[in-house]
Amino acid sequence: MYQYDTYDQALVDARVADFRDQTRRRLDGSMSEEQFRPLRLMNGLYLQLHAYMLRVAVPYGTLSSAQMRMLGDIADKYDRGYGHFTTRQNIQYNWIKLDEAPDILADLATVEMHAIQTSGNCIRNTTSDQYAGAAADELVDPRPYAELIRQWSTFHPEFNFLPRKFKIAVIAADTDRAAMRLHDIGVQIVRNAAGELGCAFYVGGGMGRTPMIAPLINGFVPLDQFITYFEACLRVYNRYGRRDNKYKARIKILVHEIGKEAYTSQVEAEFAHLLTQNIEPPIAELERIKAHFADPAFEVGVPDQVDRSDPDFALWVDNNCVTHKQAGYIAATISLKPIGGIPGDASSDQIRLMADLAKEYAFDELRVTHAQNIVLPHVKKADLYALWQKLDAAGLGTANLDQIGDIIACPGLDYCSLANARSIPVAQKISERFAAKAEEIGELKLKISGCINACGHHHAGHIGILGVDRKGVENYQLLLGGSEGADTSLGTITGPGFDEDGVVDAIEKATEVYLAHKQGEERFLDTYRRVGMAPFKEAIYAPKTTQNGEPAHG
Amino acid sequence: MKIVTGNDLKSGAVTWWDGSIWSLHVADAADVGEHGEAIIATEQAARRVVSAYVIDGELSPDGIRPAHIKDRIRALGPTVRLDLSLKPADADAGMWVI
Amino acid sequence: MVETQYRFRSDEPVGDPAVTVDSFGEQTNASAVRIEPGDDARDLLPFLSRIKLVEVNFPGFGDGRGYSAARILREAGYDGELRAVGDVLVDQLSNMRRCGFDSFAPEREINAADAEAALARYAEVYQPTTDGRLPIWAKRHAGK
Repeated sequence: MYQYDTYDQALVDARVADFRDQTRRRLDGSMSEEQFRPLRLMNGLYLQLHAYMLRVAVPYGTLSSAQMRMLGDIADKYDRGYGHFTTRQNIQYNWIKLDEAPDILADLATVEMHAIQTSGNCIRNTTSDQYAGAAADELVDPRPYAELIRQWSTFHPEFNFLPRKFKIAVIAADTDRAAMRLHDIGVQIVRNAAGELGCAFYVGGGMGRTPMIAPLINGFVPLDQFITYFEACLRVYNRYGRRDNKYKARIKILVHEIGKEAYTSQVEAEFAHLLTQNIEPPIAELERIKAHFADPAFEVGVPDQVDRSDPDFALWVDNNCVTHKQAGYIAATISLKPIGGIPGDASSDQIRLMADLAKEYAFDELRVTHAQNIVLPHVKKADLYALWQKLDAAGLGTANLDQIGDIIACPGLDYCSLANARSIPVAQKISERFAAKAEEIGELKLKISGCINACGHHHAGHIGILGVDRKGVENYQLLLGGSEGADTSLGTITGPGFDEDGVVDAIEKATEVYLAHKQGEERFLDTYRRVGMAPFKEAIYAPKTTQNGEPAHG
Repeated sequence: MKIVTGNDLKSGAVTWWDGSIWSLHVADAADVGEHGEAIIATEQAARRVVSAYVIDGELSPDGIRPAHIKDRIRALGPTVRLDLSLKPADADAGMWVI
Repeated sequence: MVETQYRFRSDEPVGDPAVTVDSFGEQTNASAVRIEPGDDARDLLPFLSRIKLVEVNFPGFGDGRGYSAARILREAGYDGELRAVGDVLVDQLSNMRRCGFDSFAPEREINAADAEAALARYAEVYQPTTDGRLPIWAKRHAGK
């Protein structure tokens, strides 16, 4: 994986000093909260419900053992012994003190980490495929491109005060595991007819209150021009994105309002101009970065079989592990969704254990997934059983990847000052209610957001839940039919909302409809797409009946 | 009643104006009447509080109850981690926020 | 009129009053112009040869359009004074310098020691701009 040189380190160290100085000026009164707020946000520090919250960047979701260990140590030293992995492949701490934040950054800098641009109206952490470098179906490893984007976007002087936040995802496989088209810019590394690599640019996707799937605006930008193309996309947005209404300020609204063709032609004109400005890093820089992502020293001729004699282990292998490009290896997902647990939370001990296991079994590497799990990307199949036993003993062996219990949930009103309703208790109830039926239900991606900002990706869930505030009472709207993969689609609201228990009941009915209509190997989403909303809606809103068939009262 | 809440500038902790200083406990909150905005202006300028605002509350049998669920969760702590809340020994503390 | 607090130029300051972008083309004797956030800096490109001062107004520090305006002018070869005015804060000085601003007239005076520290803090940059600083990638591959 990427390692800083003295230049990268100097920048991160300077940022620590910078933030220490900004914090000092806030605490001594030379800066108002109004002035400080965007500065602390640009360094990932929010003021949440109960305390400050610090979001630490995990570039394209990749961590070394040493970095992971530091994340565990920070949880103990500065927080309350746990962290929360997010849908942007980052980690958040919920109980941070302002005057200690600079010290945390200094600790992070010792392991080449930071919180730069993890919030604010700037270019955020670039995300990627959690199986990058391991996936059997990838064209190339997308992470070198993401790293080059990281460097270009870090402290970009022109783009610190964009109309709104800006999120980029990069993938290099046809199977999209990063919700690429639901980003402000999604890039897919592709090969053209001449066999050359380039970038397909999708611009103007996003979730939030106006979800949109990004259209393709350029199918092939050569690798020696793609940073310039990014710059053109961003400049057009910075100049023309709406600033009169923060709810209409994302690039998706600009692209939608002026049209994909008009936006694209403005970008192409700016691109033609910027090509004259020589702002593109040389291909040698991309090659330098690529060298950091060379394959680890895989052993050849190792057994390609897994001993499945332990049925619990076999289930975990089937559910949580995916095919590796290298024979004899596998990519294993550690579920942070134990039954009844808090999605994405991990204790400091669990974080350190995962770090140790990565060192022992996975060439020192971990990944954070946008579904709030952890991946050990390169595990020798011969080691898999030993690894699983250690995970299982620590409560990290849940075999529910992509099942109904593998819920994406934002922190919701338990932690977040923007939330309208709690997300986590709903996730916990669903996880418990369906634990015994999850295997039968199969793949069902369930996503919960506690407000319309959609941090929990509810639009893209096979089942989505949106928490709203109805006259001071938490209320939950249900959506069906969303997806974030190569077949990206947005969910449709079923109808009137429910209370917390009511939405769990409604989901139960939806799963019953699915099981009743399922044909062959269909997943929930497939059945929904075939039969449509009607049978689901009918079952979900059917009047309650008593045992003798009479309508129930109340 | 009108009560004032905010966060401690340095620690970020949720605090309630008790009439003379900031308390961690909503039960200590004072009815500020019409003076909320003036208190906020003074206290924020002195950097003793940040993001302060006035809310409605009511005096109930079990103490002061903020009108909105968000402020009740702020007063208690995360309902999903009662061990970290202000009532770690009370398994039913979460019911209070609903 | 707000005082210019910092000026990183050795030529004589321009005393002419700045006119709006809209009217600059017709006022053929004007040499100073003021860009508001909604203006298109490219409207000035036909007149660069007679412009001695461009003021870019930041009514609120959170509106970043002025950074693009500055770079567009510098990329087009404008080498006169480029002055940031309005809600210009110490933490924005460094990025403004990188985008081509070479004078600053903040509404509220900036603490001198803080400004000096802010301008000196980042010794390295990842992106080339027209400020002449070599980006990190150029240093990494120099002489190769």
